Amino acid sequence: MVATPLQRLVVIGNGMAGCRAVEEVLARDPAVYRITIFGAEPRVNYNRIMLSPVLAGEKTFEDIVINDAAWYADNGITLVAGDPVVAIDRAARTVTAASGRVEPYDRLLLATGSDPFIIPVPGASLPGVVTFRDLDDVDKMLRAADAGGQAVVIGGGLLGLEAAHGLSLRGMGVTVIHLMPTLMERQLDEAAGYLLKTELERRGQTILTGADTAEILERNGRVAGVRLKDGREISADLVVMAVGIRPATALAKSAGLAVERGIVVDDHMVTSDPAILAVGECVQHRGACYGLVAPLWEMCRAAADMAVGRPGAGFAGSVTSTKLKVSGIDLFSAGDFSGGADCEDIVMRDAARGLYKRVVVQGGRVVGAVLYGDTSDGAWYFDLLKRGAEIADMREKLIFGQAHALSGGAAADPLAAMAALPDDAEVCGCNGVSKGTVMATIAGGACSLDAVRSQCKASASCGSCTGLVEQLLALSLGENVQSGPKTMCKCTTFTHADVRRLIVEREFKLIPQVMQELNWSTPDGCASCRPALNYYLLCALPGTYQDDQQSRFVNERLHANIQKDGTYSVVPRMWGGMTNPGELRAIADATEKYGRMVKVTGGQRLDIFGVKKEDLPKIWADLNAAGMVSGHAYGKSLRTVKTCVGSEWCRFGTQDSTGLGIRIEHMTWGSWMPHKFKIAVSGCPRNCAEATIKDFGVICVDSGYELHVGGNGGIHVRATDLLCKVTTEAEAMQVCAAFVQLYREEAWYLERTAPWIERVGLAHIKASLFDAPDAVERLAARFAYSQKFSQDDPWARRVGGEDAELHQHLGEFRPFPTPALLEAAE
Amino acid sequence: MIGDWLDIGPVGQISPGNARTLPVQGGEEIAIFHTLDNQFYALVNKCPHRHGPLSQGIVHGAVVTCPLHSWNISLKTGQALGDDQGCVPTIPVRVDAGRLYLLRSAVVGAQAPAHAA
Ligand SMILES: Cc1cc2nc3c(=O)[nH]c(=O)nc-3n(C[C@H](O)[C@H](O)[C@H](O)COP(=O)(O)OP(=O)(O)OC[C@H]3O[C@@H](n4cnc5c(N)ncnc54)[C@H](O)[C@@H]3O)c2cc1C
Ligand code: HEM
Ligand code: SF4
Ligand code: FES
Repeated sequence: MVATPLQRLVVIGNGMAGCRAVEEVLARDPAVYRITIFGAEPRVNYNRIMLSPVLAGEKTFEDIVINDAAWYADNGITLVAGDPVVAIDRAARTVTAASGRVEPYDRLLLATGSDPFIIPVPGASLPGVVTFRDLDDVDKMLRAADAGGQAVVIGGGLLGLEAAHGLSLRGMGVTVIHLMPTLMERQLDEAAGYLLKTELERRGQTILTGADTAEILERNGRVAGVRLKDGREISADLVVMAVGIRPATALAKSAGLAVERGIVVDDHMVTSDPAILAVGECVQHRGACYGLVAPLWEMCRAAADMAVGRPGAGFAGSVTSTKLKVSGIDLFSAGDFSGGADCEDIVMRDAARGLYKRVVVQGGRVVGAVLYGDTSDGAWYFDLLKRGAEIADMREKLIFGQAHALSGGAAADPLAAMAALPDDAEVCGCNGVSKGTVMATIAGGACSLDAVRSQCKASASCGSCTGLVEQLLALSLGENVQSGPKTMCKCTTFTHADVRRLIVEREFKLIPQVMQELNWSTPDGCASCRPALNYYLLCALPGTYQDDQQSRFVNERLHANIQKDGTYSVVPRMWGGMTNPGELRAIADATEKYGRMVKVTGGQRLDIFGVKKEDLPKIWADLNAAGMVSGHAYGKSLRTVKTCVGSEWCRFGTQDSTGLGIRIEHMTWGSWMPHKFKIAVSGCPRNCAEATIKDFGVICVDSGYELHVGGNGGIHVRATDLLCKVTTEAEAMQVCAAFVQLYREEAWYLERTAPWIERVGLAHIKASLFDAPDAVERLAARFAYSQKFSQDDPWARRVGGEDAELHQHLGEFRPFPTPALLEAAE
Repeated sequence: MIGDWLDIGPVGQISPGNARTLPVQGGEEIAIFHTLDNQFYALVNKCPHRHGPLSQGIVHGAVVTCPLHSWNISLKTGQALGDDQGCVPTIPVRVDAGRLYLLRSAVVGAQAPAHAA
C-alpha cells in the first residue's frame, strides 16, 4: 500500500513530538519517505502527560499508549527502541546509535525532548533519588511507594505537585519543598497559590515554601532525607526532583548545530542545517522554549509542511495555558497576569465556594487569567486571549463567565435582573438572608450598606454579596442611599473595624487568607491595606504570625528613618532619656564613621543623620557593641519615654520619675502599634517632661500617680484626658500596659491615640479598663505575652546577618572602561 | 545577542515583593523589582516626584509606592499613576534559564527624570 519511497527520514526521539510529526507527514503524503524512528526508551510511543494519572493509579500504561506496535508496522516505520542515537555525521548524512547501528538519512528530525534538571547538591545521585520524566521513573516511584514511608518532592511546580499527589494517593507521607514563597509561581499569583497550598495541606501533604535544599542525606548507601539551608531535616525514603527541565541538546550541539538554550529553529522548524528539522521541547523558537504540548502540535504541523516540500505560514510561537492534573483541584492559568499600569484586574472571589477568578484586561482585550475552584470558563478566556478579541461590550459581566456574559436581555441591566428576582431568592449565602428580608430591612429604615449589614446581617460576613445588597438599596431608595463609613481602602468594601473584628472572630492567619475570605477586589492588595492587615494579624496572633516584610513601609523594613535624599537616620534607644559617657562616645564615633550630622531629638535621644543603606548594619554593630539597641524611631511602635529628673535631684520632685520612665520603657519597647506611641513621666505637676501631650503620660504627685491618655503634639495639639489616679508604681505600670494593649487591639491602623479616643470616647476606654474587676490585669497579661516575641533587638538580628540582601546592592556596573565588569555583592 | 544583555545574576537574589539596586558608575542607579506575581522590572531608582528611592517602596501588583510621598509608579511604564504627573525611565529585563539580564544600552544611557515641583 505504500508506494516506493524515494527518501529516508530518520527521527531521533520516539516521544510526543517525534511521533506526532510523523503522523502529520503521513497525513500529508505517505509516499515521500521511508521512516526510521530511534527511541531511547524501550517501548512504543505513549502520552507522557498521562504519566501523572498512571502514578496516581487512575490509568495503566496500556491506557496511555498513543501508537502501538501495529501502527509502526502498518505505516512501514522501523522503530529502533531502547537504542539511543549517540552521534550525527552531517557530512555523510548518517546517525549512529549506542549499539553501533548506523542509519543514513536524507532528512533528519530531532525530537529529543528535555532532560529533568538535577540540582547539584551533595547526595543528588544516591539511590532513591528519582526524577519524573518517563515510565521508568514512574516504575521506580511505584516500587518505593509499595514499601510505604516518606517521600520528599523537591519542586512545587506542575510536575512536582502531580508527583506529590500520586505518591500521596499511593499511601506515602509526602512533603513538598519549594524554593519560592508561592506554589507554581510561574502560573499562579499569590492569591491562587495560597488556595492551592491550603487545599494540599488539608489533604495531608506538608508544603514547605521558601525552602532551599542544601543536601540529600544518606543512610546505608540510600537516600535517608533532605536537609534544608535553614538546618531543618526531613526524613525520606524517596526523593523526587521536579525542579525543572532543560532542552536535550547535547546530541545537536556535538553535531555542530546552532544551539542556545535549545536547538535554534526558524518558523519552519529548520535548524542551522537545512537537512535537519527539530520539534518539541528540545527547540528554541524566536527565543522561546516550551514545556507544554499544545505548542508542540503547531510545531509538528509546520515541520510536516516543510518535510513534504510544501512549507506553509510556519510556526509563529504560541501562548500557553496550564491546568493542574490533580483530581478535585481545579486550577487554570494562561497568559500574562502580572497586572500593572495599563492593565485592569477584574477579580471575583467566593470564599464560601473556595473560588478565585482573576481576568487581566489590557486595551479592551483579555491578556491573562488565573482561575481557582471553577475552571469551566478557562477555555473561553483562553480563546478570547488568543484571538485578541474585543471585550468592551461584556466588560462588566466578563468575570461571571461565558454563559452570563454572552446572554443578553435582562442580565444586561443588573438592576432589572435584581428587580426580577423572587423575594425568597437568597442574597447572602453566609447568613442565609433572602431578597425579601433585605428589602424589608431597607423599608424599615436602613438607608446604607452598613445599616443593612448590622440590621439583617446580609453581606456582613464575607462581603461577596455586597454588590447585590447595594443594588437592592439602589432599587428601593434610588438617589437616597447613604454612603456608609469609609472602607479600609479601595480593595475592599469592609471598614477597618469590620476587618479587625472578622480577623479575630474567624481566626484568620495569613494576609492572602483575609483577602480571599473577605473578597478583596485586587489580587494582592495595595500599599494601604497590606501594612494594616499585617499589623492586625500580628496583634491577633502574637508569637505565631510570621511578619510579612513586603507589607511594611521602608522604615520598618530597614529599621531606620528614610530621609529626603534617600539616606537614613539612626536613633539608638536611651532608656528614659538617660545616657552615659560610654554611649555618647560610641555615638560620636559612629557619627564620624557613617553619619553626617547628629541632633538631639524632642524625645530625649540622639539622632544620627546621613547614613547610607549599606552602612546600616555596620553602624548598628558599633552601637550594639556599646550596649545600645534600636530606638524604633522609625516604627509604628513605642518611640520614647521622656522623663524629667524627678525626686532624685529636683527640689519639687515627688516621685522617681526617671526610674519609672526607664522601667516603663523596658516594659513597652519593641511593641508594634497601630501608630507611633509616645510616653512621658513628669515628677510633679510642673510637668517638665510634657506628659500631657503624650499618648500615655504620668504626672507624679505626693499621693501617687496621675495617669493621662490621648495627648498629641503635631499639627493638632491635643492635651491628654485624665484616665485615673493610682497610688503605687506597680499599678501605674500595669494600667500603662493595659491601656497600650487596648489601643493595640482596638484602634485602626494609622490612628493615633488622640483620634481614637475622640472616636470611641473616654467613657469607653474607662469602661473597658475598669468596669470588670480584672480587665486591667487581663489586658496587661496579654500585652506581656505579646512582648515576649517582640523584645529582641532588630538591629542585632541584622548585624547577625538576617535579611542581609536588603542592605546590599546586587553588584556594581562599571560601563567604562571596557570590558564591562560586574562585581557580585556576595 | 548575549553581548547586548547584561547578566546581573540569578533570579533568586530578589525575593518576591522586593527590589534590589544596581549602582552604575557614571550613570543612574537601577532598581530591579520582583513582584508578587513573579515578574521582573527595572527602573531608574529615582522617583519622578523628588527623586525618592523607588527600590524601597511597597510593591503591589505591577506598581511601587514611593517611600517618600507615596506616589504610585507603574513598574511596566515608569509612569506616575493617578493624578500625579511624571515618568521614570524603564530598563528592559529578560529572564533566561533562571538568570536576570538588563538591556545594556538602556542601563548605560538611562537618564534621571526631571525633578517635579
Ligand atoms: C509527568 C508529566 C506530566 C506532564 N503534564 C503535562 C500536561 O498536563 N500538559 C502539557 O501540556 N504538558 C505536560 N507535560 C509535558 C509534556 O509531556 C511535554 O511537553 C512533551 O512530552 C514534550 O514532547 P517531546 O516530544 O518534545 O519530548 P518527549 O515526549 O520527552 O520525547 C522525547 C523522547 O526522545 C527520547 N530521546 C532523547 N534523546 C534521544 C536520543 N539521543 N536517541 C533516541 N531517543 C532520544 C527520549 O527518551 C524521549 O522518549 C508533562 C510532562 C510530564 C513528564
Ligand atoms: C514620616 C514623618 C515623620 C518622621 C520621619 C518623624 C520622625 C521623628 C523623629 C525621628 C523624632 C524623634 C523622636 C524620637 O526620639 O524617637 C520625632 C519626634 C517628634 N515628632 Fe515626628 N516624625 C514624623 C511625623 C510627625 C508628625 C506627623 C507629627 C505630628 C503629629 C510628629 C510629631 C513629633 C513630635 C511632637 C516629636 C517630639 C516627640 C517627643 O518629644 O517625644 N512627627 N519625629
Ligand atoms: S516635672 Fe516637677 S519634678 Fe520633674 S523636673 Fe519638672 S519640676 Fe522637677
Ligand atoms: S519622591 Fe517619590 S513620591 Fe515624592
